[in-house]
Amino acid sequence: MSSSDTHVPNPHLAHHYETIEKQDYAVRLGMWLFLGTEVLLFAGLFLGYTVYRHFYHEAFHEASRHLDLWAGATNTVVLITSSLSVALAYDAIKRGKTKRCAALLIFTIACALAFLVIKGIEYSHKFQEGALPGKWYHYAEVTAPGANLYYTVYFLTTGLHAFHVIVGMSILIWLLSRVLRGHFSESYYVPVELGGLYWHLVDLVWIFLFPLLYLI
Amino acid sequence: MSQPSQLHENKPPVYPAVNYLNADRGVWSWLTTIDHKRIGVMYLISVMIAFLLGGIFAMALRVELLTPGPTIMGANTYNRMFTLHGVVMIFLFMIPAIPGVFGNFCLPLMLGAKDVAFPKLNLLSLYLYWTGATLVLAGMVMGGTDTGWTFYTPYSTTTPTTLFPVLLGIFILGFSSIVTGLNFIVTIHTLRAPGMGWMRMQLFVWAIYATSIIQVLATPVIGLTVLLVGIEKVGGFGLFDATRGGDPVLFEHMFWFYSHPAVYIMVLPAMGVVSEAIAAFSRKNIFGYKMIAYSSLGIAFVGFFAWGHHLFVSGQSPFNDGAFAVISMLVGVFTAIKVFNWVATLYRGAIAVKTPLIYICGFLFFIVFGGMTGIAVATVSLDVHWHDTYFVIAHFHFIMVGAVIMAFLIAVHYWFPKMFGRMYHEGWGMVAASLIVLGFNATFIPQFLLGNAGMPRRYYMYPERFQALNVASTAGASLLAFGFVIILIYLIYALVRGEVAGDNPWDSRGYEWMTTSPPPKHNFDETPIITKDPHSYQEPGEEVEHVVI
Repeated sequence: MSSSDTHVPNPHLAHHYETIEKQDYAVRLGMWLFLGTEVLLFAGLFLGYTVYRHFYHEAFHEASRHLDLWAGATNTVVLITSSLSVALAYDAIKRGKTKRCAALLIFTIACALAFLVIKGIEYSHKFQEGALPGKWYHYAEVTAPGANLYYTVYFLTTGLHAFHVIVGMSILIWLLSRVLRGHFSESYYVPVELGGLYWHLVDLVWIFLFPLLYLI
Repeated sequence: MSQPSQLHENKPPVYPAVNYLNADRGVWSWLTTIDHKRIGVMYLISVMIAFLLGGIFAMALRVELLTPGPTIMGANTYNRMFTLHGVVMIFLFMIPAIPGVFGNFCLPLMLGAKDVAFPKLNLLSLYLYWTGATLVLAGMVMGGTDTGWTFYTPYSTTTPTTLFPVLLGIFILGFSSIVTGLNFIVTIHTLRAPGMGWMRMQLFVWAIYATSIIQVLATPVIGLTVLLVGIEKVGGFGLFDATRGGDPVLFEHMFWFYSHPAVYIMVLPAMGVVSEAIAAFSRKNIFGYKMIAYSSLGIAFVGFFAWGHHLFVSGQSPFNDGAFAVISMLVGVFTAIKVFNWVATLYRGAIAVKTPLIYICGFLFFIVFGGMTGIAVATVSLDVHWHDTYFVIAHFHFIMVGAVIMAFLIAVHYWFPKMFGRMYHEGWGMVAASLIVLGFNATFIPQFLLGNAGMPRRYYMYPERFQALNVASTAGASLLAFGFVIILIYLIYALVRGEVAGDNPWDSRGYEWMTTSPPPKHNFDETPIITKDPHSYQEPGEEVEHVVI
């Protein structure tokens, strides 16, 4: 309620809202709805995973043993850490600590980059082995019927997820540039909050993908 | 016949000198506008062009079916033509039509708001629509698609025709739809005028709310599905390809998970329009407000679990068949609740026989007839006989053309004076409405008979015994087309030369009429405060006005 104490019009308040609180509520609601659509976007692929895991249980089990567990586990730790740091960045800007927020955002972006690098190395190994989706599949070690579908699902889910990592990283870079230019303060920080929410979603999707693809 | 407004106003209606249409000038001011009313008008022009295109393709199909053999085109052209008709009518016209045009234009006015929650996103949704539409049409020009609008695998992933631009276009159109739905949900939650609780919202707002929930929750799935078909076609990933272990039925499930609720994206706003107009033209409080509002949400909810009735002959288990059949029939219950309430609203009302009322009567007949045949095709044993025949074609055209386009025309006529401040010609309106209602029946009733006699859909040749009914259907379609041409002419004439309508020519109690017609740029000169229930025609101490016909 601090912003409504002053009588100076808030530059962030759009003309069709009465108060900044209402506007903040609206953008948060909009973001949550958007995250809902993202969950449903991935849901289709999770459905595909479930169906084919049911059809080709053995191939899926065998093929998942041939993923690099260390790379996957490291990436999981990297993403969970980045989720923590983005939450701390939000907490920092809420208290008006701009530098602390910027440092934490840089750390988060570095984590995102590390994730992509590790994922890229994993992908290049798969390309060399011929563990590729559909008609490109020629991996000699897993020949059970349905193994090609495992890699189809693997590349589609992790590919779509990697795309979201890139988008999330771009959002974080944009937020960082605005933090550095002093756009945010303890009275205006909603964009950081929304960017953080998006990043949590990226993290959350991976937390489901990792056990489904690597562990079980 | 007298204009309702002339009954209690002696001075001639005034056209507001400054309004949203002329506040800023030039094409650029339209293309960069974030005014929901202007976006609504641009949607109106866009969807009407789409409708014209889809209609031309439909007429080409009907002409081809005049004779049992080839008439004006070959088999491949015919396949492309019905795909084009389906894709354009569904994705470019019907899904964006009522929410995009009248949702954008009326929703903030009905809520007493200055704009939608995210005006820039709203403009983005229009640009996404244009981008998607361009891609779809470009794909069609580049060689066309012959899969039908359903893109069933494995045919769609192996057809030599150009598929990718069309799929990409639909993916982008999906984004447009999601953005619109998300925007409306947030608008309804946050921008209601002081005094407007949830039970004081107009029924059109309730309908749009229910629609938006479906748009937000179902559309991402079709986005992913068409993307997968595109990837499958280009990359050969084998996801829906049985020769590589994939499952084509999985595609059907994912496709209908969106495309069945999509029917309610089209129908629910139509029902909202009827709820508004039926109160205005019977000059009576809407009967059963709460039931109509809740049944919209009921349809939205149940609609999510009905998709399996498209898979009765796709090797689904008998248990699934039964479950999906029962759930599908529940939609009929909610629809019937609405129909009874609408009829009860008409009962003992002071009915004003204007063009929209003719369409309302048509709508009521079509939704009951289309709904009843829907119950019939949801019955598993009957569907096995009718599946993929003209019976199904006739059924869903009764809902999509019969109900949705009637409602679109109700909305166009009812809100035309609101949008442009001028009146269309009532006499020509009546002529066109009669032609369309008659022509519609003549087009699609023969198709029920054809389907029952065994004529399959998507065939361009047929045995000679089907010819008489096909000719009848084509004759009906010509009447229908003629009606639409009349509407187009008198609406364009009304835009330029129409009589000035005045702020509230129908004397409607809808909140969107509380401001001038056309409204000023920011909708209301001062924020309205809502003190009564919506659609309120009778109040204590106020005499009920009866319009003399």
